[in-house]
Amino acid sequence: MPIVEITKKRIARTYTIVWTIWITVQTFILTYIGLDFHQALIDSIVSNSLTAFLGIVLYNILQYYQPENDNFVYLRLWAFFLAVADIAIANEVLKHVFSYDTHYLFVLHQSLPIRLCFIFLMLGIITLLNWVRYYYLNVQETIERKADTEKMVREAELSKLRQQLQPHFLFNSLNSISALAGSKPEQARKMIQQLSDFLRGTLKKDDQQLVPLSDELQHLNLYLEIEKVRFGHRLNTEIYCDESLNALLLPSLLLQPIVENAIKFGLYDTTENVLIEIHTRQEKNELIVEVKNPYDSATAAPNKGTGFGLSSVQRRLYLLYARTDLLKTKAEEKHFSTTIHIPQP
Amino acid sequence: MIKVVLIDDEPLARSIVAEYLQTFSNIEIAQECTDGFEGMKAIAQHHPDLIFLDVQMPKINGFEMLELLEAPPAVIFTTAFDEFAMRAFEAHAIDYLLKPFSKERFDKAMEKWMKQKAAPQNTQALLEAVSSQQEEQHRVVVKTGSSIRIIPIHEVLYFEAYDDYVKIHTKDGYFLKKKTMQHFENTLDTGTFVRVHRSFIIQISQITKIDSADEVLLKNGVRVPLSRTGYTKLKAVLGL
Repeated sequence: MPIVEITKKRIARTYTIVWTIWITVQTFILTYIGLDFHQALIDSIVSNSLTAFLGIVLYNILQYYQPENDNFVYLRLWAFFLAVADIAIANEVLKHVFSYDTHYLFVLHQSLPIRLCFIFLMLGIITLLNWVRYYYLNVQETIERKADTEKMVREAELSKLRQQLQPHFLFNSLNSISALAGSKPEQARKMIQQLSDFLRGTLKKDDQQLVPLSDELQHLNLYLEIEKVRFGHRLNTEIYCDESLNALLLPSLLLQPIVENAIKFGLYDTTENVLIEIHTRQEKNELIVEVKNPYDSATAAPNKGTGFGLSSVQRRLYLLYARTDLLKTKAEEKHFSTTIHIPQP
Repeated sequence: MIKVVLIDDEPLARSIVAEYLQTFSNIEIAQECTDGFEGMKAIAQHHPDLIFLDVQMPKINGFEMLELLEAPPAVIFTTAFDEFAMRAFEAHAIDYLLKPFSKERFDKAMEKWMKQKAAPQNTQALLEAVSSQQEEQHRVVVKTGSSIRIIPIHEVLYFEAYDDYVKIHTKDGYFLKKKTMQHFENTLDTGTFVRVHRSFIIQISQITKIDSADEVLLKNGVRVPLSRTGYTKLKAVLGL
């Protein structure tokens, strides 16, 4: 829908032009029915400026008060009341100005009904135009709001999907299994087992659950084994974890997206063999996990570090702990590292 | 003999294509490559009749690799999941195999290729469609002599039209790429780059001074002409 911008400046300009034209027209009409030009001009200016002023008053009232459909009667009554007040004031002023001229007073008196009708009509038109304008603005706003809401819903849905599983991973793993089935059926069977265990682990856990580090690392290992089959000797991983840390808790399935991001980053940003290091340690009351991957600082896209995987991790940490400082990334010359801090209960 | 090159970063993904190809007697696998760079070298060396190309690969993806080739060979794409690429393939009737694929599906793709020997202009149209639909562009891949250079988009000072090419100016000099200005205008972030003239797109942060309504001075001392609409656009972007 094209958006026509109706600015206040444009309204004011059009309003002034319309009234100037009408003042001119009325002057000529009055001259035509026998008033002299001087009188006709003053009459026209006085009566029309007053109506124009009341029109502005109506416009301002309608800015703050929007009538519902059934309140239109009141609005018409208002317009009528304003029209009567208008004609009374104009009548008094003009009578005072031209009190010496009986012919003018006669014409003024005779034309009162038609003047009243005209003013009422004008104020009615102004009200109607105002209503149309606000209606239009309203429709526009509704359309925009609807588009915004839809976008938000879609984004939420997308990030939920991303958190679950990357289709790339699944289909490429299946492709590897398909290749192994021909040449090394034993390995194919083993990989099917690993993939099943991994998927089962993914389905079983829910977002809120806290699990011991040892469980999480076990799950991560399944994932890494599969990735190693896919990428062969290019991918190497090293996990450093002291047994004393095994019982520390962290949100389930938190590490896999981080490692997945690191692998992608490492494998797709360089052409050499890649070593992914996972370090764990405890500091005060926090479990700290650091994932390191090689990368090429010269060609890495500037925002890649906070890619889809990481932003969903960040979001989860925020939802669980109401803190935004739990995930940190650091880019060095040859290495990129992602660190998470998990407060212990 | 039909010469084939396989390009995929996953060894098992290559091995299954190789396995399926064994049933064709007249086909020879000239080389297996693990990334786009190797792929380009292999194509230059062997002039294959057909390549199997993965989309997601290290450093440069399959599309970016094809873009760098003067005369791309016939391609059968292999990809695991890429809705957007699939749409592009379908639009240009280029065959693609969704991993994992069966022998039957593979044979069908081969049969189709043998029948029509997918015309190279199809590939051109595909690349055009792919790059113009892609979201914001983060980098430009160019070829200089025999090496490939990946230029992060923020390092591009300005783009200049040059016949059928675009000159991509960086602090290390310029690189040529066979693209249209229109293409860059459509894919670049409008808050970072502005097309200020029929022949020029500049990075906004490179501007030092706008001397007059028809010239802008960049940080590296280059003066870039402004067209009338370019001047208006520039003013709008800078909030003047």
